[in-house]
Amino acid sequence: MSSTELRHTALDAVHRSLGATMTDFAGWDMPLRYGSERDEHLAVRTRAGLFDLSHMGEITVTGPEAAEFLNMALVGNIASVGVGRARYTMIVRADGGILDDLIVYRLAETEYMVVANASNAQVVLDALDERSGGLDVEVRDDRDAYALLAVQGPASPGILKSLTDADLDGLKYYAGLPGTVAGVPALIARTGYTGEDGFELFVKPEHAVELWQALTEAGEGAGLVPCGLSCRDTLRLEAGMPLYGHELNTSLTPFDAGLGRVVKFEKEGDFVGRAALVEAAARAEQNPPRVLVGLIAEGRRVPRAGYPVVADGTVIGEVTSGAPSPTLGKPIAMAYVDAAHAAPGTEGVGVDIRGTHEPYEVVALPFYKRQK
Amino acid sequence: MSNPQQLRYSKEHEWLSGADEGVSTVGITEFAANALGDVVYAQLPEVGSTVEAGETCGELESTKSVSDLYSPVTGEVTAINENVVDDPSLVNSEPFEGGWLFKVRLAGEPADLLSAAEYDAHIAG
Repeated sequence: MSSTELRHTALDAVHRSLGATMTDFAGWDMPLRYGSERDEHLAVRTRAGLFDLSHMGEITVTGPEAAEFLNMALVGNIASVGVGRARYTMIVRADGGILDDLIVYRLAETEYMVVANASNAQVVLDALDERSGGLDVEVRDDRDAYALLAVQGPASPGILKSLTDADLDGLKYYAGLPGTVAGVPALIARTGYTGEDGFELFVKPEHAVELWQALTEAGEGAGLVPCGLSCRDTLRLEAGMPLYGHELNTSLTPFDAGLGRVVKFEKEGDFVGRAALVEAAARAEQNPPRVLVGLIAEGRRVPRAGYPVVADGTVIGEVTSGAPSPTLGKPIAMAYVDAAHAAPGTEGVGVDIRGTHEPYEVVALPFYKRQK
Repeated sequence: MSNPQQLRYSKEHEWLSGADEGVSTVGITEFAANALGDVVYAQLPEVGSTVEAGETCGELESTKSVSDLYSPVTGEVTAINENVVDDPSLVNSEPFEGGWLFKVRLAGEPADLLSAAEYDAHIAG
């Protein structure tokens, strides 16, 4: 895709004035980093970071049968999500293959917002459209209706509190409420993809710059810095969170990805993928093909997606994501490996880094968990 | 960003110092360091080995990628910067000074290198 076809967020001029290094991410021209990605990562772990996530794909689902519809179209029990709460879930094909992982916010009794990955938003939109036939619901493409800013890190509640009267203390993790931030109407959600406490603010694109500036000023004393997608990736990797196209794809079911807990067989009614997922659940229980594990390097060379995982000179798996971990000070990776080598502490596991077998320790995920 | 006048440059973004008793210092430019992002691992050529102009002689890993290190000249490696091996972030913070990579005894007069002005034009293009 040439740069002329890239989509730009409402904050594009702000990123350029901050000297951001930009990158093509799923057809969007997004900030990769503003300065050192390691410094940005550590700011989120210890203070706060400000992200532009306007590439995420918002889809609004409304109508009297919205709850029943999403229960049928997605693997989770969406009808049981209370108004003002959110749920991490997935949409799969009839064969159980993952089309995307999603966050679904229930905004009102008959109104939901589904947030898809930028790379999959059209696929999700098409699937929801197709599955909505015959039901009293409207599926609306709201990708251009929102800009999305995230404030993440331990200092984020204090920063946001200085700009809003909303009851942030009453706002639990995976909840969202409408409010006003710095005079701007926003859906304030306590969600994120960093492993830290934090907020995601859905606002109209025309308010994005104003809100960004207000957050920047409010966060100045607390050490808030603008953060790009590069540190977002290392933050989520340390937190053991999957990324579509890496840990998740259409050839894997949620059970293969170790995320079978998002599939709610007990919910009312049939849902797309149910029969295939019943089989996948049994297979994962009795005879798992490969298991998603964490790997920590003993040396300093960095594993990358696609590198083979080896034991005794044999390929036993593949790296799905890898990076130097700023928190651990060592390279880390997520990888699918044969079940026989998946137990934490398994000896003799390595990663083939461009022809050299570097030793790695098998660990349980996540690599990092914040102290609450 | 300013590229020091006294250095010469390769199109692969290495710099070469003037020779001191036949030995020159090699590093990567600030432009290259910025493009890589935080360097986390430097694999440098071995002392005593011969590097060839335009050939790979090591690699630099950053958060997002791994990049080959090209030698701008042919010669024998006389020293490597152990400080960079211990703390690769020096490549980002002091690309033209403390972040130098290796020293090489020139086997001949370097060819096809750019002046600072020519390199400025190269990266602007």
